[in-house]
Amino acid sequence: MSQKLRQFSKNQIFWPLMVLLAILLANGIVSGGSFFEMRIVDGHLYGRLIDILRNGSKLMVLAIGITMALATGGTDISVGSVMAISGAVACSIVDGRLLPGASGNVAVAVVLALLAGVLCGLWNGVLIAKVKIQPIVATMILMVAGRGIAQLITEGKIVTINSDAYYFINGGYILGLPFPLFIVAFAFVLVMLFTRKTAFGLFIEAIGVNSVSSRFTGIKVDRIKLMIYTFSGLMAAVAGLIESAGIKGADCNNAGLLIELDAILSVAIGGTSLFGGRFSIPASVIGALIIQSISTSVLAMGVAPEVTLVVKSLIVVVICLVQSKKFKETIAGKFSRRAVKEA
Amino acid sequence: MDTQEKLLEMEHITKKFPGVVALRDVQFALRRGEIHALLGENGAGKSTLIKVLTGVFERDGGDIFLEGRAVSPQSPQAAQNMGISTVYQEVNLCPNLSVAENVYIGREPGSAGRIDWKTINRKAAELLSRFDLHIDVTQNLDRYSVAVQQMVAIARAVDISAKVLILDEPTSSLTAVEVRKLFEIMRMLKARGMGIIFVTHFLDQVYEVSDTITVLRGGEYVCSSPTAELPKMQLVARMIGKEYEDLESRPSSSLADRGKRDLFLRLQGAASAQISHVDIDIQKGEVLGFSGLLGSGRSEIARLIFGVDPIVTGGLEIGGRKTAVKEPITAMRAGIGFCPENRKSEGIVGELSVRENIMLALQAKQGMLRAMSRRQSEKLADEYIEALSIKTPSREQSIHNLSGGNQQKVILARWLATAPDLLMLDEPTRGIDIGTKAEIQKLVTKLAGEGMSLVFISSEVDEMVRCCGRMVILRDKKLVGELTGEEISEDMIVKYMAGGEQFEPKTETIQ
Repeated sequence: MSQKLRQFSKNQIFWPLMVLLAILLANGIVSGGSFFEMRIVDGHLYGRLIDILRNGSKLMVLAIGITMALATGGTDISVGSVMAISGAVACSIVDGRLLPGASGNVAVAVVLALLAGVLCGLWNGVLIAKVKIQPIVATMILMVAGRGIAQLITEGKIVTINSDAYYFINGGYILGLPFPLFIVAFAFVLVMLFTRKTAFGLFIEAIGVNSVSSRFTGIKVDRIKLMIYTFSGLMAAVAGLIESAGIKGADCNNAGLLIELDAILSVAIGGTSLFGGRFSIPASVIGALIIQSISTSVLAMGVAPEVTLVVKSLIVVVICLVQSKKFKETIAGKFSRRAVKEA
Repeated sequence: MDTQEKLLEMEHITKKFPGVVALRDVQFALRRGEIHALLGENGAGKSTLIKVLTGVFERDGGDIFLEGRAVSPQSPQAAQNMGISTVYQEVNLCPNLSVAENVYIGREPGSAGRIDWKTINRKAAELLSRFDLHIDVTQNLDRYSVAVQQMVAIARAVDISAKVLILDEPTSSLTAVEVRKLFEIMRMLKARGMGIIFVTHFLDQVYEVSDTITVLRGGEYVCSSPTAELPKMQLVARMIGKEYEDLESRPSSSLADRGKRDLFLRLQGAASAQISHVDIDIQKGEVLGFSGLLGSGRSEIARLIFGVDPIVTGGLEIGGRKTAVKEPITAMRAGIGFCPENRKSEGIVGELSVRENIMLALQAKQGMLRAMSRRQSEKLADEYIEALSIKTPSREQSIHNLSGGNQQKVILARWLATAPDLLMLDEPTRGIDIGTKAEIQKLVTKLAGEGMSLVFISSEVDEMVRCCGRMVILRDKKLVGELTGEEISEDMIVKYMAGGEQFEPKTETIQ
């Protein structure tokens, strides 16, 4: 038992999970237990935890997409803008201002929005893998231009829509659970299967550690990078759909604003090095949940909105400290010394 | 030994890593004005001892005395301030800064945040000219060869008024002329009273330049003796615990059986951005050597065949069929494997495990979607760890924790796993102890005996003579000669490499 526990404690997911539990527990104590309360209304589950999961779904989806880009030593800071594009495309179609023939057709809207995300990702991928622009610069192009493109699609307006079918993407329930969770689960399972059941994950890690050596072993480095950034674009489009369904419209100026930083932070909190190499998608998902629960709990604890960001950053500092190898070694050293004394 | 003379003493040094004791009760003493060779196979603990001395690692036990005072440097910087400077095998300078900046980085003259560039450039040029190095110090360091970079590193170390200078494998990327110059410098520094610790794998150099030898084996101190009193045979025996005859025996099969063979690969008038117009035939089951000095074009040919540098003009035929090799994977599918020259930057994938490093090429060859199962890859790794006797605590150990020789074996395993028809080895034994060297040389001969074609590239002429059945010699990116079988001798190779009237390229000699 303790053997298994020790092994698990070395897993990349261990510390993020502990942090998440600690945050939730702290919330529970401060709120006197009401934090963990769950109610069933009309067969739907309600409660703070469900809120965190639902509100965190965007970030989880983005983290799943961006983890692999970071694992190759790259980054993708265009995801927020891609979210805006995807929301703009979907809402404009549902609204009927784009493709009047398909007006109100949610399926067409979703498919084309996802396609827009794929195109955005492909663009990033070509710039990075073929043109060899540094990832942060390459994706910055779309980060800046993307919001302009989204504005062009919506003709500079905030598009509000009226479609229950579209609202379902964010607000719907299946089996008592919010629909976005199923989206997250689907993306998660898909990526886990693809990275674990094929050699994709191994190749990503190899590229992240040493892309020159990887090329020398016959790995098609460029093609893999292309796939990664395309996938990141797709995930951003998914997140864009969830977001726009949540606010019932497309607001190109604010959709996904600065969320790329939270997405990168999620991955970092999950323990994946931003220099590339070993990565863990589950850890990134937990990282996203940590960020979401910090935001939620800061609000729940009644902290004034002005200091929310400060509190958030303080917590992040603590998390990074806990993640630090040196810090962990010091702690582990203390524990093992104690264990020796007891024995 | 008089205590007055003793510059540096290390006693009962112990260093443990998780699962391994890297140093056990090791002692080492260095006098003023002495060149002290620190010898041992890979994994003997030389590098660890150096790193303990320079503060890279914290020691678990033992004492270090510098000029009689107990010291414990906590970082290379601290060691340097005490007067212990190190020049590493792989040059640890900043390639994209100028030579002068590299010499003075971290201790720039000037005041109040202003850097006095004039002084820096002048003093750097002066310093380097004392080392007979007349180069433009305002140029970026990476404009110059590795040899020059190494000299700059030494000049920098010496200039920081070192009492103890550690040279860790300084000669492995230098040509004979450069080595001679380095030795002159070492003797000059020795005459000034500096103590020099010289780590190397080249025994001839040990006898040429060192005064004292200390041997380590398996993390333990073996012996210390004046160089003159320790014959080479005994030294080797102490280092590896076997007799030298064992290693000296020339693999016979490489010379035998020089009949007509089938052609495997033909390069015709091939050129890349780095090298122009090469004609080379590689036959099945032969060991073909590419000889030449650093930068002569020997690596460039291998890189061209492997698709690292694209072919601009000319043709490549593999197995009688014209093949366009645009990237390494195409070459691999055609049955070619390549161990590149720079193990650290082009070979190993550092953070990944030994198992993953071994499986990588085979997995890439099979394609991404046909993933090897965990069990398959473990079996593959275990097989090669045993077959090549790779020394690693476990197959899941990160490869960068292995010694250089064992890393090289992992890379070899990676390529052998793909069962290539042609394996190209570029400097496979650089920075590797003689035991492993001999193992790799034997492996080369054995593989050729089994019908594999091999291309062997090495800076060590005696190794080339020992391994190759046929050899082409390059100079200034051109083929200048070819030697076969009994013609191959150190003498001939050196003559061709150095050049001379009768050794100028003649088109009819190159086929």
